[in-house]
Amino acid sequence: MADLTVITRQALDEVAACGDLAALEDARVRWLGKKGTLTEQLKSLGALDAAERPAAGARINEAKERVQAALEARREELRRADIERRLSAGRIDVTLPGRGEEPGGLHPVTKTRLRIETLFRRAGFDVASGPEIEDDFHNFGALNFTPDHPARAMHDTFYFPDGRLLRTHTSPVQIRALREHGAPLAVIAPGRVYRCDSDMTHSPMFHQLEGLAVDENISFANMKAVLHGFLQAFFERDLAMRLRPSFFPFTEPSAEVDMSCVFCDGRGCRTCKHTGWLEISGCGMVHPNVLRASGVDPERYTGYAFGAGIDRLAMLRYGVNDLRLFFENDLRFLRQFRTFGA
Amino acid sequence: MKVPYSWLAEWVKVPWPAPELGSRLTMAGIELEALSSAAPPFSGVVVAQIVSAEPHPQADKLQVCRVSTGSGEALQIVCGASNARAGLKSALARVGAKLPGDLTIKAAKLRGVESQGMLASAKELGLAEASAGILELPQDAPLGRPLREYLALDEPVLDLNITPNRGDAMSVIGIAREVAALAGTKVSGPAIGSAPAGHADRFSVQLEAPAACPRFAGCILRGVNNRAETPLWMRERLRRAGVRAISPVVDVTNYVMLELGQPMHAYDLKKLRGGIRVRLARAGELVTLLDGKAISAQVDVLLITDSEGAVGLAGIMGGLRTAVSAETTDVFLESAYFSPDAVLGRARRLGLQTDASQRFERGVDPTQQSRAIERAIALLTPMAGGSAGPVEVTQSAAHLPQRSAVPLRTKQLTRLLGVELPAERVEATLAGLQMQVTRSASGWQVTPAAHRFDIGIEADLIEEVARVVGFEAIPESDALGPQRFRSLPEERPSEEAVLAVLAARGYEEAITLAFVDPALQQRLFPGRPALALSNPIASDLSVMRVSLWPGLLRAALENQRRQADRIRLFEHGTRFESGGEGTRELDTLAGLACGARLPEQWGVSKDMRAAADFYDVKGDLAALFAGTGEPQAFTFEAGSQPALHPGRTARVLRCGQEVGWLGELHPMLVQALDFTYPPILFELDMDAALVVKRSTYEEISRFPQVRRDLAVVVDESITLSKLAERVTLAASSLLRDLRIFDVYRGPGLEKGRKSVAFGLIFQDISRTLTDDDVERLMASVVADLRENLNARIRE
Repeated sequence: MADLTVITRQALDEVAACGDLAALEDARVRWLGKKGTLTEQLKSLGALDAAERPAAGARINEAKERVQAALEARREELRRADIERRLSAGRIDVTLPGRGEEPGGLHPVTKTRLRIETLFRRAGFDVASGPEIEDDFHNFGALNFTPDHPARAMHDTFYFPDGRLLRTHTSPVQIRALREHGAPLAVIAPGRVYRCDSDMTHSPMFHQLEGLAVDENISFANMKAVLHGFLQAFFERDLAMRLRPSFFPFTEPSAEVDMSCVFCDGRGCRTCKHTGWLEISGCGMVHPNVLRASGVDPERYTGYAFGAGIDRLAMLRYGVNDLRLFFENDLRFLRQFRTFGA
Repeated sequence: MKVPYSWLAEWVKVPWPAPELGSRLTMAGIELEALSSAAPPFSGVVVAQIVSAEPHPQADKLQVCRVSTGSGEALQIVCGASNARAGLKSALARVGAKLPGDLTIKAAKLRGVESQGMLASAKELGLAEASAGILELPQDAPLGRPLREYLALDEPVLDLNITPNRGDAMSVIGIAREVAALAGTKVSGPAIGSAPAGHADRFSVQLEAPAACPRFAGCILRGVNNRAETPLWMRERLRRAGVRAISPVVDVTNYVMLELGQPMHAYDLKKLRGGIRVRLARAGELVTLLDGKAISAQVDVLLITDSEGAVGLAGIMGGLRTAVSAETTDVFLESAYFSPDAVLGRARRLGLQTDASQRFERGVDPTQQSRAIERAIALLTPMAGGSAGPVEVTQSAAHLPQRSAVPLRTKQLTRLLGVELPAERVEATLAGLQMQVTRSASGWQVTPAAHRFDIGIEADLIEEVARVVGFEAIPESDALGPQRFRSLPEERPSEEAVLAVLAARGYEEAITLAFVDPALQQRLFPGRPALALSNPIASDLSVMRVSLWPGLLRAALENQRRQADRIRLFEHGTRFESGGEGTRELDTLAGLACGARLPEQWGVSKDMRAAADFYDVKGDLAALFAGTGEPQAFTFEAGSQPALHPGRTARVLRCGQEVGWLGELHPMLVQALDFTYPPILFELDMDAALVVKRSTYEEISRFPQVRRDLAVVVDESITLSKLAERVTLAASSLLRDLRIFDVYRGPGLEKGRKSVAFGLIFQDISRTLTDDDVERLMASVVADLRENLNARIRE
């Protein structure tokens, strides 16, 4: 049976020399197939003595198993080599850019407006709107601007030949919302407003945010809490707020709202003109004449109102230093605001 | 309004230095806009006297002066000012002095003569816009004294912003009253008494419009020297308050106005004819004003007239004919009360907003007319001599403003402010503002001072209390409202979601102005009426947009000019339609795509690098319409719009109703506007187009779907929607989907015909479709197309 050792050695050598899966399959058939050399060996058992047969059979089977195992190991090796080959041929440059459309984005003023709307909605305010072409009554009269009031001169108003005008502020929505829904009411009204004024810091069209809350016991203290809460939520930081007495025909008492400068934390810088404060809003308790003009009993209800510049809030938030950039629609500018952030 | 600190200090004890005073006033509602000193920085300038002045040997216009500063040797100064003369005291900038405008004085030779410094003019020291010569100082000015010290030029000047309701604060005394209220002190100030009359002459005054002018105080001054020089201290105060000195009479009237808030006017008595009548203008009555300008007054304008006509616009500006001049010796002084209603709006209408009109419009203290004249006389006679007659007051008592008590309820005060204030504090605060306060059952009865025109109702009093106590004394407290759910209609699309669809498809949101160039708008929408502004800021921003396209096209052109080669913009805003039934404001979503279909990149087919066309943008609209819940309700039909390419324009319909437009800009406009690539434009009516239909679940089939492709040749005139309509009809409800995958025209086809290839996807909800089922359906489709559309089936 020296033969078997030689045959096995031969088989193992051949398996090891197989360069691909096809050659390996040939080798399997040649050695272990139905007519394979090793299989044939079993057939030769018949020629042996019965006493020798079991031992010889066991040796042949052992040889077959060794070759079988070698075949499998070699198959695994070849398969792995094949995958390796394919992988290395399929290598790509992952640094090449991806294909398809590039995303656009929302205008920074819109993003700011939507953020403001979300914040106020969470605080229980509804969002209202009104027309941009207004009449004198809604823009001035009902807001307690008497004819020829010097405060009117502060609103550089665009007029139409029939006496109508482009709203100079979002405050007319106070009148419209109160007349439509009555008290109690808590709304904000963001929107476009117009003044015939155009320079570094003024655009003839800009965006304002109106706020109004009317109920039986709304106080100045409530207004302070809402404004301060809003500013802190909007800028996501602690900041100081102060109210300075001021004058608006439609509120009494009236105040200007200053917040500590978000660029220098109140220490003084160019943006805040070294005062540490930024003027951010006007506010006050709704004038009884305004409530009356809106069909609300000023003896029963009180309310506060405020107005702030959305563009200004956007400028502070994004560090934009020229208001006019918002309306030039330069793609290089607009592309800078593609974030998910609300 | 500019208030020199020292002037204020003359009227009230100011316990704070200027910066703190400024912030206290700001926090009480009188905003400090700027704090400056009375002169720009300079140094090395002293009081000096010209001892002698000799002609310069080499130059006609120069003099060589010997100048003394009181100690040491006199200095030799070359001076070109014509008023340089021996004996004059002036300002000497010594060698080394630094003057405004970064000027350092050096020893120099002027035409060969040495000069050891410079005699300075007011302009050179930053004390005036212009000067005729060197500064002239009084004879008692102490030699050698630094000029800044002598003239107190380091004095702070507060520039205050007075809100339009506070006419009473437009004066030194008005600010003094505020300071007194804040500091808890009293207004003190120079005593103003009635001096004995020097003569008995009176001038007749008749009030013919007593509601407009219920009080007029007048006084005749005789023998005034209006050539006299206004003393330096008064000229300096006026200058610091921002008023130019002119002549003693005019300067004094200005001074009193700044000090007491009472505008005054001085007439040259010799030029007044007959008595004065205060009356309303006759229609178109002409008035020639001090500045020489002639205006034609309307009938609501109050005039001061004499027997020859108007001598002034009451409360606004005096007339030229009776103006005082250097020669004037006899003066008639006017100190009147004109009601705000008689002045409001007139000055603005006439373009004549003056210091006087600003004060009368906002309300001048109706009780101080005589006092103001007394003050003026007391100031003027020491400066310019003259003797004053009696102060004559003409008035209509019934028409004078009456102050009545305003109730202030404790409960309302607390309710409105959200804080309880002690009664004593409220009373002290109001009393500090010179209001009469008496207690009542529910709180107080408060009578405001005559000068407070802004106090009429309870809320006004509450504001006064709050602002003087300080808004910082009011806490922040949350309002506790009932928690109620507000409606959230599903049919209203979320604005953010809509905008996000376009953003995700490569569009940047733009915000353009609502007024546009009428020429461009007319070209795009000929004949469409647009609202025109009466007072546009520019002629190319003068009409309201009827579409967002003009603004978007302009923005696109600007970007093209900035070398952007691929532009996608959209805007969400209002457009304004004006027509038969008035103006309609329409919530509109519009957009524009211009340039390559995809951003420049590697590995995309040539096709995808071509300029975007109608179908690219139609695809973007389809993405929007998918969000409405019924994309199948949208149809596009060929339409016509002057702005758009006649063969590439679609009216967008939803359930048969027009909701917008889509198309390529008309080639003529592409050329005229100089676009490199033709822009594709769309515009949708937000409300109609994007209203949301709520999704409802439809059962999903568990059985396999079967696909069959079909290519048919039809006439060009057969639109895809017609073809799809026939296919859908013939294929029965088992047709799940119809996909167009090719449209071909060219070789192999008859002219005027096109081949359309599409895939039909069939599926049943309850069983697996057999080949037979599908063949039957396909046969019916083919037959239908042959019969109805003259279609040929391509094999």
